[in-house]
Amino acid sequence: MNAPSAAPLALSIENLSVEFRTRSGVVKALESVSFSVGKGETVAVVGESGSGKSVTAYAVMGILDAAGNVTAGKAMLGDLDVLGASKNVLAGVRGRQIAMIFQNPRSALNPIRRVGQQIADVLLCHANFTKRQASIEAVRLLEAVGITDPERRTKAYPFELSGGMCQRVMIAIALAAEPSLLIADEPTTGLDVTTQAVIMDIIAERAKATGMATIFITHDLGLAAERADRIVVMHAGHVVEIAPTRDLFAAPRHPYTAELLAATPSATSTLDSLSAISGTLPDLRRADLPSCRYSARCKRKLPLCDGPLPPLGAGARSGVACHNPLASPQQTLHAGAVA
Amino acid sequence: MSQIPLLDVAELSKRYVLPLPGNPLTRMVHRFRKASEAAPKLHAVDDVSFTIGPGETVGLVGESGCGKSTLVKLVSRLLDPNEGSIRLDGQELTYTPSKNFAKNPQRARIQMVFQDAGESINPRYTAFDAIADPLKRLRGLSGQALQTKVEEAATRCGLPLPFLSRFPHQLSGGQRARVGIARAVAVEPDLLILDEPTAALDVSVQVVVLQLLQRLKRELGMSYLFVSHDLNVVRLLCDRVLVMYLGKIVESGPARQVFERPAHPYTKALIAALPDPSRSPAERVRLAGEIRSPIDPDPDTCRFYGRCPRGSERCKTVMPMLADIATDQRVACHFPEIWPA
Repeated sequence: MNAPSAAPLALSIENLSVEFRTRSGVVKALESVSFSVGKGETVAVVGESGSGKSVTAYAVMGILDAAGNVTAGKAMLGDLDVLGASKNVLAGVRGRQIAMIFQNPRSALNPIRRVGQQIADVLLCHANFTKRQASIEAVRLLEAVGITDPERRTKAYPFELSGGMCQRVMIAIALAAEPSLLIADEPTTGLDVTTQAVIMDIIAERAKATGMATIFITHDLGLAAERADRIVVMHAGHVVEIAPTRDLFAAPRHPYTAELLAATPSATSTLDSLSAISGTLPDLRRADLPSCRYSARCKRKLPLCDGPLPPLGAGARSGVACHNPLASPQQTLHAGAVA
Repeated sequence: MSQIPLLDVAELSKRYVLPLPGNPLTRMVHRFRKASEAAPKLHAVDDVSFTIGPGETVGLVGESGCGKSTLVKLVSRLLDPNEGSIRLDGQELTYTPSKNFAKNPQRARIQMVFQDAGESINPRYTAFDAIADPLKRLRGLSGQALQTKVEEAATRCGLPLPFLSRFPHQLSGGQRARVGIARAVAVEPDLLILDEPTAALDVSVQVVVLQLLQRLKRELGMSYLFVSHDLNVVRLLCDRVLVMYLGKIVESGPARQVFERPAHPYTKALIAALPDPSRSPAERVRLAGEIRSPIDPDPDTCRFYGRCPRGSERCKTVMPMLADIATDQRVACHFPEIWPA
């Protein structure tokens, strides 16, 4: 770490590369992905489907598909590199220090076990509770995530609960051992807006209460804007831009970020004011992937862009991986002052 | 709204009879006594009336479980209602049972675009087969005429012709959405029902599909019933909006007006729940309490009672009816928000 950062880091991902071996060739799903999360900070990872958001999370959790392979990089949780850790070490880390909330809670929960048992499992495994204590604590945890009549609900099976309630149970499981880092992979996709707001409130509240860091993966830019301190924008397995939320929305620097913002409907936009992003994600199986994977879709492409990308730098708190970025607000301000 | 409506839905209700509680023996006794009235019923759609004018786009919003999908299935004649009427150009459609409706000449006039085209297109049909199917069944086309019509529909929906020979899994999400739309508009319907057509798509593709829908509407003069839980999308595309809560329409009116001046507390809460970076999450309204059960609900209690910040004794004893509150805007609430003129 060359630059001293304000807060101590909860997790620092450095130059993470992941490949998948498939029948139709090797998919370079992630390439030199670097970003970090400070203690108590909420970082949103945004991008289209296929951009590598979930693969990043799965790699950190060590739950990649068998075809997936971490080819390079580190993920430092304090002094521990979770990517190089043994199975036994990881088993102690997962659930206790890093917890994850999955998309679609209904399929992530065990369908044939009562939700109370599933919460108690975490406590028995990671927090040295007796069975009795664990079942009492499970009720308290369900209450903490806003489930009414928690005593009765601990005996319910996932199919007896609504989607929003299942997601609350997942949060209760994830937060049971008071982890220092929570990875939430599209926690509210498929839920109603009213439920979404409540679920996000619960996560934020618990993060604040325990000083937990949160990596929050979403494709909903509006939600990211509202909830995150910083935003990491991913495209085709690259991190293209990292910026504090306010700066990113006020003045996106990477052309892709700008196009993504221009495509997102908001309260004030009209259908004509929105513009689609031209082109599609490149085929990640290609052997001759360009160094900038956005260059084929980019309107600001320079001859320079075929060369190596400007690195974001490991542990960078903000930056843009582009040779021809849009002007930053400071620069325009400066130019205005000179003029 | 002086014009004759294209679709006139009046007092439509759909109730599902649930299995009786108790053990098999008591159930049998019940059945023996023909006590079908005693069986609990789930009121999915309850006394819903609305109209859609020619060329109008009406949005239908509400949480999951509020009866949107049931209403859509009733209107598209895939389900039979218990009560009420559905008239298309003044012609009653409910006389034909839904299982025979496929042979009804009116079938081609109401078409549907289903949620997630990846799931709703037959995986063993190529894009060509998928688009050709309704043309064969409803228009009786074959040979060269069929080929021409399919290609015309594909081109109109921005699907390059070489893609017609591909199977759904060989197409991207956006292309699949185009196939889903192309097969619905191929038979040139008057009313297109869209059930969350962009829910499975990325924002970058969503814009293209929404713009395509708007262009098709202009070119073909169709009316849309657009179901979505994404209020920002509804706002973009719809002229009028219906807000549904637990089987009932609680508010209706011009889209812009409803979004700017929501009168029903539920509409207010829905709009307030939209992520808005300019507001801190703390200063937003939250709905407390749980949704009332749709099983045999009290006919005299407002469905929103218990979650409503304005609920009072009157809401518990008198069911509010839809009533005009402003020009074209109707609300079913005893204590609606009154906006200064």
